[in-house]
Amino acid sequence: MEKFNRVLSIGTPLDRPNIDTDQIVPKQFLKLVQRTGFGKFLFYDWRFEPDGSTNKDFVLNNPKYSSSHILIVGENFGCGSSREHAAWALKDYGFDVIIAPSFADIFYNNCFKNGILPITVSKKVVDELAQTSSAIEVDLTTQTIKYDNKTLSFSIDEGRKKTLLEGLDDIAITLLHQDKITAFEKTHAL
Amino acid sequence: MAKTLFEKIWDQHVVTEIDGRTLLYIDRHLVHEVTSPQAFDGLRINKRMVRRKDLTFATMDHNVPTTNRSLPIVDQISAIQIQTLEKNCKEFGIELFDLHSPNQGIVHVIGPELGITLPGATIVCGDSHTSTHGAFGAFALGIGTSDVEHVLATQCLVLDKPMTFEIKVEGKRKNNHTITAKDIILSIIKKIGTGGGAGTVIEYRGQTISELSMDERMTVCNMSIEAGARAGLVAPDEKTFDYLRGKRYVPKNYDDLVDYWRENLKTDQGAKFDKSFTLNASDIAPQVSWGTNPAMTADVTESVPDPHEFAKGEMSQENAAKKALEYMDLKAGTPITDIKINRVFIGSCTNARLQDLIEAASIIKGRKVAPTVRAMVVPGSQQVKRKAEDLGLDKIFKEANFEWRESGCSMCLGMNPDILARGERCASTSNRNFEGRQGAGGRTHLVSPIMAAAAAIAGHFVDVREWV
Repeated sequence: MEKFNRVLSIGTPLDRPNIDTDQIVPKQFLKLVQRTGFGKFLFYDWRFEPDGSTNKDFVLNNPKYSSSHILIVGENFGCGSSREHAAWALKDYGFDVIIAPSFADIFYNNCFKNGILPITVSKKVVDELAQTSSAIEVDLTTQTIKYDNKTLSFSIDEGRKKTLLEGLDDIAITLLHQDKITAFEKTHAL
Repeated sequence: MAKTLFEKIWDQHVVTEIDGRTLLYIDRHLVHEVTSPQAFDGLRINKRMVRRKDLTFATMDHNVPTTNRSLPIVDQISAIQIQTLEKNCKEFGIELFDLHSPNQGIVHVIGPELGITLPGATIVCGDSHTSTHGAFGAFALGIGTSDVEHVLATQCLVLDKPMTFEIKVEGKRKNNHTITAKDIILSIIKKIGTGGGAGTVIEYRGQTISELSMDERMTVCNMSIEAGARAGLVAPDEKTFDYLRGKRYVPKNYDDLVDYWRENLKTDQGAKFDKSFTLNASDIAPQVSWGTNPAMTADVTESVPDPHEFAKGEMSQENAAKKALEYMDLKAGTPITDIKINRVFIGSCTNARLQDLIEAASIIKGRKVAPTVRAMVVPGSQQVKRKAEDLGLDKIFKEANFEWRESGCSMCLGMNPDILARGERCASTSNRNFEGRQGAGGRTHLVSPIMAAAAAIAGHFVDVREWV
């Protein structure tokens, strides 16, 4: 996995609570057996009209946000299906940071596996970030978000932070503890 | 120190700590065709093996046709995904219940049927409805594909310990036949919200939960994820032990295990939960969802709510409710029983077990599906299908003009050809009424099997209590 760096970009506001992973990647795209190229399916049914034309009213289709790497969303983002395709699609489309008042657990976990930083902040801050038209700077090392001459810090689990910053392979880390797993298996049988 | 059931299971599975997080041992891993191909690829790229083939079981369910199994799969992309699972299971030595297996079915239906699901176990699957297995007193959780790969390679998962959430359902249901487990769980989600269980493992407790059958407990635990919970569980009891006894994959020392489980797998007196919520079962009416998430649900006797009143002052909720009504093509104030439907789906890991089909059939017998409605039954597994056929349920459904299908996830998520056309409205026994879930532009109303059956006959929602 690539190492996570500082991100400087305008934010794409998508103010809707409970955006589920069925919206992030609709099911018809889950038939693929690879993990690349899902960006074109991101928010497919919102981005495109039934006839395949572009829905001009949808925020991702606004050229202003075409180079955005930060997605700003409502509470409980990523609820529903465990499909990691949602994280693959967001990353492939270009989002490295997602800021929300809260995330669904499975999706939150999937983000870290794919080099996406999910940041939880208050609804008030989310609203401010959604309204600012200037660039937002996210620095994982210092755990800060800078916007409109303000700086605020966010919290993140140390282990997860390290994984992102160093681009570590979770499985390789766990396999360093293989002897403990083997020892555990000797006394645990079900 | 007094512990909750979940804390006991957790503590028994801790291997070690890594950077402040827990390495937890996984007892059973269930695999299906949609969320596993990329995990197996990862193993191949990194030259890793499956650590415990004997604890890993696979089936194909999400993307399989529910029509004649002797015919080839028409959709070539689906066929490749199914062949990929076959190839991966062969290469890595994993037992697979394929399309022609008498044990094929929805992964969360076959786990318990085969005795793969066990009390006190940790169970994972690359599917959010893995919470279903919690009905047996297991800690069962859905995971993403990277974690599927992690468990295949290490038989462990790195987790933060979730909080505990006690949900008590007390009292008697007014009628056990018409007020179902589905109505209990939809009532809970309606009250606590789709994020109400976030970061927690729910333990369902109380008299009403104890009285539920295993099929009913599975329905309740299944939808824990719709309340945002990491998992849901019910303490095992004699019903649990009897259900599993003699099943194909239970350990040889089953009776010794039961003795241990009976003594240990329960929340200690005085144990503290981080959160608590109580529901009175006598207040529950049949539920019908009207919106685009499972918390947007009403009693069948109510009307579609006004978004402003529904939101209770929260602007983003009000906008979401407005969008939901627009998508669902519903007007505030419309009585639920005035909503006409043209499709009915009885199926899914929530409601496609034998008891669900028996209840639905009880209302259908001697009646016909309304001419404006297309209705289908998709049994949860081949075992459920055979048992239902032994009881003659297939005949009841077919005589009423229901389609009687082969087992799979089918129209719950519409990956296979069973989908709603744009604008179609469905009474569905599944778990998610998200936009486009059952087909782009399709509209889903979540209900119990008996409510879906009654809607199929009437062509609109009815209060099934008036029919029995």
